[in-house]
Amino acid sequence: MEQLALFFALLFLTVLGFILGKGRAVALSGHSDQPLHSRLPYYGLYTALWCGLPSLLIMAGWMIFEPQIAEMLVASQLRDSDASITPDQLTLYINDVVNLASGGILSREPDAALLSAADNYSLFRQISYFAMAVVAIAFSLLALFTSLKKINPALRARNQVEKVVSIIMMISSLIAILTTVGIVFSLIFETLRFFDKVPFFDFLFGTHWSPQTALRSDQVGGSGSFGAIPLFAGTMLITFICMVVAIPVGLLSAIYMSEYAGKKFRAFAKPVLEVLAGIPTVVYGFFAALTVAPFFRESGTLLGLSVSSESALAAGMVMGIMIIPFISSLSDDVMNSVPQSLRDASYAMGATKSETITKVIIPAALPGIVGAVLLAMSRAIGETMIVVMAAGLAANLTANPLEAVTTVTVQIVTLLVGDQEFDSAKTLAAFALGLLLFVVTLVMNVVALKVVRKYREKYD
Amino acid sequence: MTDNTPPLKINPTLLKRRNAAEKRFRFYGLAAVMTAVLVLCLLLTSIISKGYTAFQQTYILVDIRLDAESIDPKGTKRVEDLAAASYKGLLRNALREQFPGIEGRKAKRSLYGLVGSAADFDVRDAVLDNPKLVGTTATIAVKSSDDVDSFYKGYIPRDVPESNRKIKDRELAWLDTLAADDRIVKKFNVDFFTNGDSREPEEAGILGAVVGSLYTLAITLALCFPIGVLTAIYLEEFAPTNKWTDLIEVNINNLAAVPSIVFGLLGLAIFLNFMGLPRSAPIVGGMVLALMTLPTIIIASRAALKAVPPSIREAALGIGASRMQTVFHHVLPLAMPGILTGTILGMAQALGETAPLLMIGMVAFIADIPGSMSDAATVLPVQIYLWADSPERGFVEKTSAAIMILLAFLVVMNAIAVILRKRFERRW
Repeated sequence: MEQLALFFALLFLTVLGFILGKGRAVALSGHSDQPLHSRLPYYGLYTALWCGLPSLLIMAGWMIFEPQIAEMLVASQLRDSDASITPDQLTLYINDVVNLASGGILSREPDAALLSAADNYSLFRQISYFAMAVVAIAFSLLALFTSLKKINPALRARNQVEKVVSIIMMISSLIAILTTVGIVFSLIFETLRFFDKVPFFDFLFGTHWSPQTALRSDQVGGSGSFGAIPLFAGTMLITFICMVVAIPVGLLSAIYMSEYAGKKFRAFAKPVLEVLAGIPTVVYGFFAALTVAPFFRESGTLLGLSVSSESALAAGMVMGIMIIPFISSLSDDVMNSVPQSLRDASYAMGATKSETITKVIIPAALPGIVGAVLLAMSRAIGETMIVVMAAGLAANLTANPLEAVTTVTVQIVTLLVGDQEFDSAKTLAAFALGLLLFVVTLVMNVVALKVVRKYREKYD
Repeated sequence: MTDNTPPLKINPTLLKRRNAAEKRFRFYGLAAVMTAVLVLCLLLTSIISKGYTAFQQTYILVDIRLDAESIDPKGTKRVEDLAAASYKGLLRNALREQFPGIEGRKAKRSLYGLVGSAADFDVRDAVLDNPKLVGTTATIAVKSSDDVDSFYKGYIPRDVPESNRKIKDRELAWLDTLAADDRIVKKFNVDFFTNGDSREPEEAGILGAVVGSLYTLAITLALCFPIGVLTAIYLEEFAPTNKWTDLIEVNINNLAAVPSIVFGLLGLAIFLNFMGLPRSAPIVGGMVLALMTLPTIIIASRAALKAVPPSIREAALGIGASRMQTVFHHVLPLAMPGILTGTILGMAQALGETAPLLMIGMVAFIADIPGSMSDAATVLPVQIYLWADSPERGFVEKTSAAIMILLAFLVVMNAIAVILRKRFERRW
């Protein structure tokens, strides 16, 4: 937590800069015939920005690169003493040194060499921390004095502060783009490494999924197989069940709320749907696993059917409940934007309310409703916690909703939870599945958003 | 002019059928809404009925001879010495004295199993509360084991064959003797709110998860509020309309719909493997959740900024304010209630999020209460997931209770958002 202390020290200097800068401007305004260019606080902000921003950037950069440099130092020391070491041993050794220095768990008994390396390492970290503190504070103080000196009535402090602020705004609007780029690149990078180990077509069209790879080459179960068809089938089965529940219930409740319900009923039912939308998915998962699934299994036994305790039916139905408010609020919006004139025309022809809805409003709102359903489907495909808790792990290729199936998201979670070596096919497979999930949902979202937008333009 | 239109012929059977169809349709709609209401009720009752018992814990009153020789042999009476003494043996002696004549290791072990595995700490706490007890025989309430607790909460039925029951006949007899002696009491379960996670259901608490959630949300808020608001201001007030800003907009809308687990993969690949940040730490969790909530906050903030009428801007610009001054002194304060409402709703969403945190290792078993942003920690929804996965019967009620607490947090956050919207949002 030494870094936090430095951070607060820099923050203090920034505040100090503001006070001193403003004070200097106040003093200037007192006995100078030339009026100040900007209002007083801008001189304070000008000094504060100079004091805080560069030194905080130095600190951030230092903290990102310093651990790597320290590890490289350890590595080069080790290579000097033992030239024959393999890269794997080297990583392990470095991990041990770092853990020893920070009080973590070691993979071996510490020997003298390890202890001295760890001492060196923590000494380097300490020196580096002090160097960072000295550099950052020195820079901050230097900036404080030079910017204070620069303050004079002609200094265009406001313009300069505004320039910095607008640059900060631009950078923050880039973060959204960077996130997408980060997602795409991290997924593609790992996926390419996965396809080095497993052929592309085996992954996409294989029908056998058992990702257990052996730790030793002589173990039974050898290489694992990564045919993802059972996962796609399971995902589609659960999504299908989910939509069978969510579309009729969501659509009908949207119709009832927007066309029939009185004010009082709306005031009661709308919050209920909002609460349903706000419940965390892990709660739905618990509900599915502990209440709905046992209920289905027992009713199945009564009817003489064998229902798996992790049936697709339970997971899909609970997911459908989760999606209901999503569909109902989106289609409520699109139906409300159908012009009143269409309704009036239909009533004038003598149609009843339900005839107007089914024959006029729904056809007119259909593109928007399709968009809503697509958005809901992409959400159902990407939904994780309900299926992790209520659907199975075994990859069965079946269309029977009473059996256990697994989904893409479940497999991502099971492949990545727990400690694994990072470059095994097993962990990389999770990234390949993640990329697939990202691409599929992205396409659905883009199409859905386009459809909805086009539809809105039609009636605006 | 004469009226040439033929008189309207009404087909009574057709009309009847159409009216019936109308009624039926209306009924379907009502049924759909009622299904949603019913399911919500079912969900809440199932959780509350499973969880309310977790706020109570069964205790067993035991008469313990607190020997001065074994607790405090030097007679220092210092708090450290009293705390360091071993109370396990005293507790076991007391149990044996309660039921004399028990022979054999197996019988003894099941007798000791009536109390929780950390019940000796209850004895220690009682002694620390009142050091005068040393040297006397005191009646102290110690926690029962989770099986005994479940039995008294009615989760383990008495009338099933012994082989299907976790409490065996012999233990049942002991418990009946204790109950006849009024030695079984139920108390409010304070430990549930003050303990971290534990493998033993009777010792497990949610404080660790709540603190972890607080740290994580603090990071999320610190990152995504300024970035989100600045982005929204830039896009709404300053950015020129060109292809580049169009791209940013489309991008933000799509990010809002990316499955949350993908953000977890991003965090794993970039923050953990590339940048080498610590696993399971709230700082990484907070960063991942910040990226996830950013689109929500940007979209809400833009809507709030858009709702401020242009006349405000024109007035400020007209008396000589710069564009930056116009936005920060006039538009932003007026849009703030809307922005804050959106932020709180985004935070509520982040608080309930589980999947991305599983990816970055926040599922580890962590018994300690995290002390800083870089300590290993878990959060409330992940704790719920972990407990839901545990086989012990006692964890079912803990899970439900943790869900109730998570929902309580969410209700409070949403209520604040609603109040903010109702009281401060201006309509022009």
